[in-house]
Amino acid sequence: MFVQTWLLPAALLVTATIVAFPLSRYLAWIMNGKYRSLPVLGWFEKSLDSGPQDWKQYTGSLLIFNTVLFIFGYLVLALQPVMPLNPDGKGMLFPSTIFNSVISFMTNTNLQHYAGDVHLSNFSQIFFCIANMFISASVGFCALVAIIRAFRGDSSLGNYFVDMWRVLVYMFVPAALLFGFIFVWQGSPMTLKSSYQVTTLEPTAMGTTDKGEVKRQTIVVGPVAALESIKMLGTNGGGFFGMNSAHPFENPTGLSNFFNTLAMMVFPFALVFMYGRMLGRMRHSYVIFAVMLTLMAGTVIWSVCYDTLRPNPGLTAHPVARTYIIPNAKAPGGKQAVRLPAVAGLPLDQHLGNLEGKELRFGTSAGATFDALTTDVTCGAVNAEEDSLNPLAALSPMTGMWLNCIFGGKGVGMINMLLYVIIGIFIAGQMVGRTPEYLGRKIGAREVKLAVIALLVHPLLILMPTGLFSATSWGLKAVSNPGAHGFSQMLYQFSSASANNGSAFDGLGVTFGFVNNPNPSPTAIPWDIATGLVMLFSRYLPIIAPIAMAAFLGAKKASPAGLGTLRDDTATFGFLVLGTILIVGALLFLPVAVLGPIAEHLGPIPFGG
Amino acid sequence: MSKHAPEPISIFDPRIMRPALIESFKKLDPRTLWKNPVMFTVEIASAITLVTFALSLTGANKEPAWFTGLVSAWLWLTVIFANFSEALAEGRGKARAASLRKTRTEVTAKRLKKPEFGAAYEEVSATDLRKDDYILVETHDTIPGDGDVVAGAALVNESAITGESAPVVRESGGDRSAVTGGTTVIANAIIVRITANPGETFLDRMISLIEGAKRRKTPNEIALEVLLIALTLVFLLVCANISPLSIYSVKAAGQGSPVSLTVLVALFVCLAPTTIAALLPAIGIAGMDRLFQKNVIALSGRAIEAAGDVNVLLLDKTGTITLGNREAVEFVPVGGHTDKELAEAALMASLTDETPEGRSIVVLAKNKYGLQADAPPADAETIVFSADTRLSGLNTGGKQYRKGAADSTVAFVKNLGAKDLHIDLETVVDRIARAGATPLVVSCDADILGVVNLKDIIKGGIQERFQQLRSMGIKTVMITGDNPLTAAAIAAEAQVDDFLAQAKPEDKLRLIKENQEQGYMVAMTGDGTNDAPALAQADVAVAMNTGTQPAREAANIIDLDSNPTKLLDIVEVGKQILMTRGNLTTFSISNDIAKYFAIIPAMLLSIYPQLNVLNVMHLATPLSAILSAVIFNAVIIPLLVPLALKGTKFRAMPAEKLLIHNLLLYGAGGIIAPFVGIKAIDLVVGMFV
Repeated sequence: MFVQTWLLPAALLVTATIVAFPLSRYLAWIMNGKYRSLPVLGWFEKSLDSGPQDWKQYTGSLLIFNTVLFIFGYLVLALQPVMPLNPDGKGMLFPSTIFNSVISFMTNTNLQHYAGDVHLSNFSQIFFCIANMFISASVGFCALVAIIRAFRGDSSLGNYFVDMWRVLVYMFVPAALLFGFIFVWQGSPMTLKSSYQVTTLEPTAMGTTDKGEVKRQTIVVGPVAALESIKMLGTNGGGFFGMNSAHPFENPTGLSNFFNTLAMMVFPFALVFMYGRMLGRMRHSYVIFAVMLTLMAGTVIWSVCYDTLRPNPGLTAHPVARTYIIPNAKAPGGKQAVRLPAVAGLPLDQHLGNLEGKELRFGTSAGATFDALTTDVTCGAVNAEEDSLNPLAALSPMTGMWLNCIFGGKGVGMINMLLYVIIGIFIAGQMVGRTPEYLGRKIGAREVKLAVIALLVHPLLILMPTGLFSATSWGLKAVSNPGAHGFSQMLYQFSSASANNGSAFDGLGVTFGFVNNPNPSPTAIPWDIATGLVMLFSRYLPIIAPIAMAAFLGAKKASPAGLGTLRDDTATFGFLVLGTILIVGALLFLPVAVLGPIAEHLGPIPFGG
Repeated sequence: MSKHAPEPISIFDPRIMRPALIESFKKLDPRTLWKNPVMFTVEIASAITLVTFALSLTGANKEPAWFTGLVSAWLWLTVIFANFSEALAEGRGKARAASLRKTRTEVTAKRLKKPEFGAAYEEVSATDLRKDDYILVETHDTIPGDGDVVAGAALVNESAITGESAPVVRESGGDRSAVTGGTTVIANAIIVRITANPGETFLDRMISLIEGAKRRKTPNEIALEVLLIALTLVFLLVCANISPLSIYSVKAAGQGSPVSLTVLVALFVCLAPTTIAALLPAIGIAGMDRLFQKNVIALSGRAIEAAGDVNVLLLDKTGTITLGNREAVEFVPVGGHTDKELAEAALMASLTDETPEGRSIVVLAKNKYGLQADAPPADAETIVFSADTRLSGLNTGGKQYRKGAADSTVAFVKNLGAKDLHIDLETVVDRIARAGATPLVVSCDADILGVVNLKDIIKGGIQERFQQLRSMGIKTVMITGDNPLTAAAIAAEAQVDDFLAQAKPEDKLRLIKENQEQGYMVAMTGDGTNDAPALAQADVAVAMNTGTQPAREAANIIDLDSNPTKLLDIVEVGKQILMTRGNLTTFSISNDIAKYFAIIPAMLLSIYPQLNVLNVMHLATPLSAILSAVIFNAVIIPLLVPLALKGTKFRAMPAEKLLIHNLLLYGAGGIIAPFVGIKAIDLVVGMFV
């Protein structure tokens, strides 16, 4: 039991670390431009090179590029009905949903207020989803490389377009091909066909038509393996199917599940080592890596302990059913008596833990492990229902998103970690009696200001909208559960949007569907717009501000390290950073954690009723 | 020589406490409090609770009036405590400034028409003097303003500035030409060119610096303030946001009441980094004051902060590492002469030599060989040291006694007809030079008698000091005009890390630039005019108060005692200020965890009674829990005032060890202490509630 539970998470962490090390060497080699490219590729790269850029030019290019991406994405989705590869004649999504989705994919979030298998044609899957998955994953990567060059004291931050080219052509394309083949081998579909009509084994299962004919089941297929590989490698997370990585086509076998999970970890892991390599400070990157790995192991162990190793409190917390009075506006007197749990006293065997919302093909702990990892690396794919985790276990994915630096998305996770490092050094660095320095350069008011802006945008973009929606009907009408769990649903949605994660506590009324949907969720539009804006701001501010900060810091003269300087490559430093992250995180999120998962866990009404 | 270092003022000196108390209420004026944005928001918060208290009294607010009233009172006290700590620090400075100002009485000046003795002058008030006026200062006159002596020499009593009662010589030309307003001429007359307009003199600058009137925030202080403001803003939003969340939760749970404004305000003030924000101004002011107690005036806070960052100390050998003068320690005869013969000749050669070296030879000859020669013989003709011959001595009774550097003495005796030299001379000279001492060869007529070993005396305890500096990662470089051999030997004995031999002023400048090029921060001391360029280039430049006007202008720190070893104290104070800030910031932020555990369960208890398990401190009631957190947050400020004023204890140890030590004390301690403190306060509060 112990081995079955812990083998998968342990194997994943170990394998990802082992793969990341050589991979980081390759990444540094590519990003330092040491390679010699094929003539054709070289010609392309040269024609993209607009010359060395300073931080304003670099971020300017980044923003212009993303604006173009936004317009392109909007056009692809809006024109879906008239585009090819749409044999099922899928219509147009509601404009606010398009707005939300375009930002969602452009920002590497992949929050989906639609279901891919229902609402998107293969053309949209390829030219909107897959294209954005490659591109948005590269943007954060480039930002990190620009920051490294600034810290290194390079004369320029490089060229944004060349960096994008390098990341796409030499990293994501080959890696995606490799993983794509693995998923095809394991059974993922890879076709331009959009669906099959099949007769199920139980012919009447789908019902019959008016004429008495047996209804056939529609099985949606498409270029699933291609999407799946970059979805995971680029920590995008937007599934081909609404069920995401729990769907047997996206994630057919236990082995594919291992590679699925591994794929989202390798690049974020490798980037930490790449940081050390490019700066020539490997020991520093080992310490950062250790801090991240500790936090990641913490979130995984937490979620497995409270989910896989604990029974579902909805079933066991109350051996005898009790009657609870809960508020219900529709019931007479505004209150309603509920007997909970309905299953109390049933002879249920729960020694396998909470199995609600799990895909048992992968083993009992696979869901809890995946759910923790997916938010740590801001992937957002899921192979088990986050909403169904035990309340306390749900704290684990939320923590991953709140801290947003446990490896995090490609580039941006590392950037967030650097912000914590700088704030940590700034506070504690003074304790050794020197003006705080990072990489030998003094951290001044301007650097602190930019770091703080970049770091605090994220929590504010989670807390403020959650407050707004809890106080208004936008939130109250959207939640599918009353009580603390409903609060968690809203909190999770905004956390996911702000962390550019993309996973969700399902059940929130955020889906409008096609424009002509006669019965949309009444709260879909405010959710589309609010999460869209949150994703937008929490993506670009925490990229631009750190690049500017790195440029200012890098321009300062570096002083050599000595006995009197705070060393950034020791265990003490690791504890310092870890402490900073945990304390800052706790101070910002403790109130909402208490109002959501903790209140829910403590009862009295399991799952909020 | 008697010194009066500024008397240490007790923190609880009533002469300072009383005005500080009054001042802390005056500082409640929002227009002044605005300069400390964190405390300004706390004042607004206090004002809000005053309103909720008023509403409680009228019954419009359902919260009990004793609760809102007490919360409001303690929030106001938080602001007052913060003001008090600043006022206390300023008060100490003001007390010192007042004692300085006493010396600045109304002075009349004798303004000369021409800068010549005997020229006509008019009597004007010192305040009417302008730059480039020439004045005459005679015996018993007070020098009316800062200036340079252009003619004459005088004994000047500078105790008003330095606390040093022994008078000093000020003369035209050279490195001792600067005079300071407020000092008194004891003997002779000088003509002084005024170099500072009234109100800009050294004394004026000193007074305003000490009073803190001209105190500008240092770069690190500004950066820290940015962080504190950001944290305050975020906590403000976090707390404001709890209101809608609690409204939702009330609906969801079907019970309880939303969190009240009073409680939200209380939570906000507890979370905001009030402890460090309250003490931040006091830390900087007190740091300056501590330096002043060591008789050092920092012309800007920036300079002290830079002192904490210094990686390289350039130290003049003479006066800093060694006692000012070399001493004769040994007579080594050569060529079969006895040491007594040598001692006699050396005594004769030094009888009229008033240099410290010469006197030390006389002392050694008397003490070791019992020789008697109190007065020089009547026919004695003194040969004064000159740059040409580089010899000094005495001609008496037809004999020529000489002493000097080996090569010049040898040249002298050869000139007198000496054929060959004693073969052991070279070995002896070499041995002495190699050991870092100065060989002084003594001759009588054409015969060389032997060598006097003149040794630099290293100051006691200086090795330990350098050892400490090394463990703090600070490199010491000795600057000396000696030859490399001598320099190396002294450097080894004093245990400095590096030395610059045969140093000229431009070499100093080059060395500083080179080190800065590599990213090091350099500190140095200097007094001469030719030190000025190097002083201007150094990151921390300490000028001796006895130094010239250009040197003092170029420096950013002035040492009133003119004791070059002070540099080490300055570095310590610089580090102390930064450490105190860092420690208190860490403490302040770590405190918040416990405050959350006190307030969160309390404020949400009516909505989710199950949250009582989070009340890990078992506080009596929700209201007493909130009140206890608020009280703790307020009283921690005065409790930490002594620490802020004195600075955290300085420990010379490597950064790594220091970090662990401070992280445990102020980080871990900062997490634990409020749990204990809030519980203790709650026990008291709980008795009444």
